[in-house]
Amino acid sequence: MDPTKPILQVKDLTHVYSAGTPFEHVAIEQINLSIFPGELIGVIGHTGSGKSTLIQHLNGLLKPSSGQVLFKGENIWKDKKFTHAIRGRVGLVFQYPEYQLFEESCRKDIAFGPRNQGVSGDELEARVRRAAGFVGLEESLLDKSPFDLSGGQKRRVAIAGVIAMEPDVLILDEPTAGLDAAGRDSILENIRAYQRAQNAAVIMVSHSMEEVAELCSRLIVMNKGRVAMDGVPAEIFTHADELTEMGLSVPQVTTVFRLLREKGLALPADVYTVRYALARLLERKEGRPC
Amino acid sequence: MLKDITLGQFFPGKTVIHRLDPRTKLLLLIVYIVALFLAKSYLSYALVLVFLVSVTLLGRIPFKAMTRGLKPMLIFILFTAVLNLFYTKGGTLLVDWWIFHIYSEGVKTAFFMVLRIMLLICGTFLLTYTTSPIALTDALERLLSPLKKLRVPVHELAMMMSIALRFIPTLIEETDKIISAQKARGADFETGSLVRRAKALIPILVPLFVSAFRRADELATAMECRCYHGGEGRTRLKVLRFASIDLIAFLLGVALLAGVIVLRHFGL
Repeated sequence: MDPTKPILQVKDLTHVYSAGTPFEHVAIEQINLSIFPGELIGVIGHTGSGKSTLIQHLNGLLKPSSGQVLFKGENIWKDKKFTHAIRGRVGLVFQYPEYQLFEESCRKDIAFGPRNQGVSGDELEARVRRAAGFVGLEESLLDKSPFDLSGGQKRRVAIAGVIAMEPDVLILDEPTAGLDAAGRDSILENIRAYQRAQNAAVIMVSHSMEEVAELCSRLIVMNKGRVAMDGVPAEIFTHADELTEMGLSVPQVTTVFRLLREKGLALPADVYTVRYALARLLERKEGRPC
Repeated sequence: MLKDITLGQFFPGKTVIHRLDPRTKLLLLIVYIVALFLAKSYLSYALVLVFLVSVTLLGRIPFKAMTRGLKPMLIFILFTAVLNLFYTKGGTLLVDWWIFHIYSEGVKTAFFMVLRIMLLICGTFLLTYTTSPIALTDALERLLSPLKKLRVPVHELAMMMSIALRFIPTLIEETDKIISAQKARGADFETGSLVRRAKALIPILVPLFVSAFRRADELATAMECRCYHGGEGRTRLKVLRFASIDLIAFLLGVALLAGVIVLRHFGL
């Protein structure tokens, strides 16, 4: 894949729910975005800011009221077959995906997506194994019923079900919601592994500023149905006041550093992960200027 | 999509009809249905229609809501009309062509049948449009409470009914979510043979049932945590009381029934 050409483009996308009824509601309007291969994008925004509506447009689950979504330059709604094929190219993992499991074994459940895309035989088996590998599922679990697994394992099976389609763009809606710290870290690590191995674009909706600061190379901030900010985390998190106004926050460590700076300590303003903060503090301790 | 299922959904309001005791409304509906089935002539149908229209106006229910409610029944109504039209004999022969024979009696019966079904559906809708589901189950429980002496678990049945009603929107939302999730995995619900389409429902039904059972389990625990132990000795937040408007409504209902019976007696 050519990394300089966008894999997904969103042009003037607007979506209106229940148009023409008293319940009419504009969820997103005039969204313009380009997403490139290998990007790891975090989408943040207050509840109701249009994040979920936006991501459901990217794989053709929702049809735009106006505007277009282009996959490698082609409108994903150009014909029915193409829209169906897009669902395999742009994988979408919903919030709490473990509630969509239905097969009698994990192996069959993971195979559901690729089978719908027409994959069969040895290739299907290989896909299932690879997907299970990406999410760290042991071979022995594959023949178990997904309903016998723990919550964290179920989530892995569900994510593997989408990864098995080997999409070029992987979208996840709050993949770590309701998981403990260890489960969260390992799922984020799995996602990153997939992104690296396939040079896929990954889009992750999250409520945790720490998480997106740690993981993402680009942040998209949604507010009232529009893209309010789009840039690298270091840039975005310098707008602490604007983010607070939108009902969002900056990572806690950024706040700590800002307060320390206000107290008169000469510290950098671009701190947004604990790891980076630690490095800077150690440098300072050793007497080097920041 | 699925969210558009709002059939018979409660329209909150403060009109006389809304304020009537739900028990009164339930009983009135029964009286209304009996009157409807006793009606035989144009005049008696007109009487029932006037009753229905005035209740609709009093309850400020938009007529659109009524016609929308009739839409899903359209095929059934048409079917009844056609059957009655061709299979009722008597009166003068109006159409005699090939195997089709239409008699004047047939036209009349078909007309009355259609009118009867429509009035029946609209009447029931009026009840659910003006009465909240909770009030309705409450009323049902109270009206059936004599059956408790026969060891019929009336309270439990009413509780089950209100829980079921409460969870309809939740389950619809859940179904929508599951459909989207499976579509995202390339599931196809729209093409293929009937068998294939039926099979395509499995990925929706299994997760739906699993989550419904999970919800039921959680709800049971939550109710037990709040010391729910069935209907015995349980007091109510809203105590149902008959008021003077209930008496008036009753009298009007009885008047309707009496009117229809009298008309029937005189063969009008």
